[in-house]
Amino acid sequence: MVGIIDYGAGNLYSVRKAFHYLGMKTTLISRAEELEKVGAVILPGVGAFGEAAHRLEITGLRKAIQLWMNEGGPFLGICLGMQLLSAYSEESPSAEGLGVILEGCRPVQGKRRIHMGWSRVSHQGDPLFRGISEQEPYFYFVHGFALPADTEGVIAVSAYGASFAAAYRTGNICGVQFHPEKSGKTGLRFLENWRKTWDV
Amino acid sequence: MGCVRVIPCLDVNNGRVVKGVGFENLKEKGDPLLMARQYEEQGADELVFLDVGATVESRKMTLMLLEKISSEIFIPLTAGGGISSEEDMRSVLRAGADKVSLCSAALRDPELIRRGAAVFGSQCIVISIDARRNGERWHACTHGGKRDTGIDAIDWGRRCRELGAGEVLLNSIDRDGTQNGYDLELIRAMSEAVDIPVIASGGAGTLEQLLDGVIRGAADAVLLASLLHDGRLTVKEVKEYFRKKGVDVPC
Repeated sequence: MVGIIDYGAGNLYSVRKAFHYLGMKTTLISRAEELEKVGAVILPGVGAFGEAAHRLEITGLRKAIQLWMNEGGPFLGICLGMQLLSAYSEESPSAEGLGVILEGCRPVQGKRRIHMGWSRVSHQGDPLFRGISEQEPYFYFVHGFALPADTEGVIAVSAYGASFAAAYRTGNICGVQFHPEKSGKTGLRFLENWRKTWDV
Repeated sequence: MGCVRVIPCLDVNNGRVVKGVGFENLKEKGDPLLMARQYEEQGADELVFLDVGATVESRKMTLMLLEKISSEIFIPLTAGGGISSEEDMRSVLRAGADKVSLCSAALRDPELIRRGAAVFGSQCIVISIDARRNGERWHACTHGGKRDTGIDAIDWGRRCRELGAGEVLLNSIDRDGTQNGYDLELIRAMSEAVDIPVIASGGAGTLEQLLDGVIRGAADAVLLASLLHDGRLTVKEVKEYFRKKGVDVPC
């Protein structure tokens, strides 16, 4: 069972539908104790860093997720969910992230304030990208902030004006700045790989 | 420049795809699910669904349709047509849309943009602007282009951005369905006025005209309807042409 964190923000239905399409069972998690019944955790998210961090805090999910990760539970943060792994974000300087990554998120440097659309992702052959044929596959992005490309643990980068971290992995903790659930067959393959890695 | 997106648009009425000229004389074009599958197969970067039926029944059928399409097609979906409250937004997002497109309701109640962006995020709020030429400028219109609000379309785009919109879907009513080419001045003016993506719509009839929208109009994406529905072009052909001309498009 995959637990999708529901902290009242963001569109988690797409994420859910993609997992169902891949034959996985999901449940929505809005309280800390509900983490006990799942084998893996997805932190989706769109919207602002500060608001999301605040909601994780007041629901008690922040501590529960940190504990989950410390105990080796499989975790995948998607988009804002990846940014929340960081200590802070320039988007909401006073808000505190999950603190797994000591770096902070910075604004994207492209033509528009929001990087919206498909971009090439350059990866170094991490198993999460196994079977994705192209050298630099396209994934779908929608975000205004991202972690720096040279952050420790980054396994893939992309560029919008300047390069930024597209995927992160350290042990059981993964994060992707792109939306695998909206990246067509390539994205589904990525999620399938993630599932296999953790035998979810 | 980032990747340019090619976005098929399905105008839906009572669960069927329709298309008219200048927002009138709607003709049936086919089954939305089959067409969505076909466009995804051809390499569409996103899909837009606009419920053009004014009835509750048509709205319900669109929700069912979104539910079906989002269960098997995993690219971004935008839904619009008659969305006038946060509750409406929530119901299309629940049905599987990733973004909502607001038009008349936003002009009536601009704060709706701010409220929607606060709850669902800016990336979720697409403002559809139906612009009609008025001398050197353009006016924003509502009701499928029938009512002129007298509001300057470019100023309106800027205002929407300030209120938290994440994207502008810009339709030229004068050019819609004519295949005479985009209103490039309109696209360019909007693209320069806002720092959020602009999707060009209305009037492109050839590959060259589509490219014009991107190069001369500086659009971030092109919206296609009749050209695809009538089988005169495929998404794949558009993307291959763009690539050949040096525009970065995802495969």
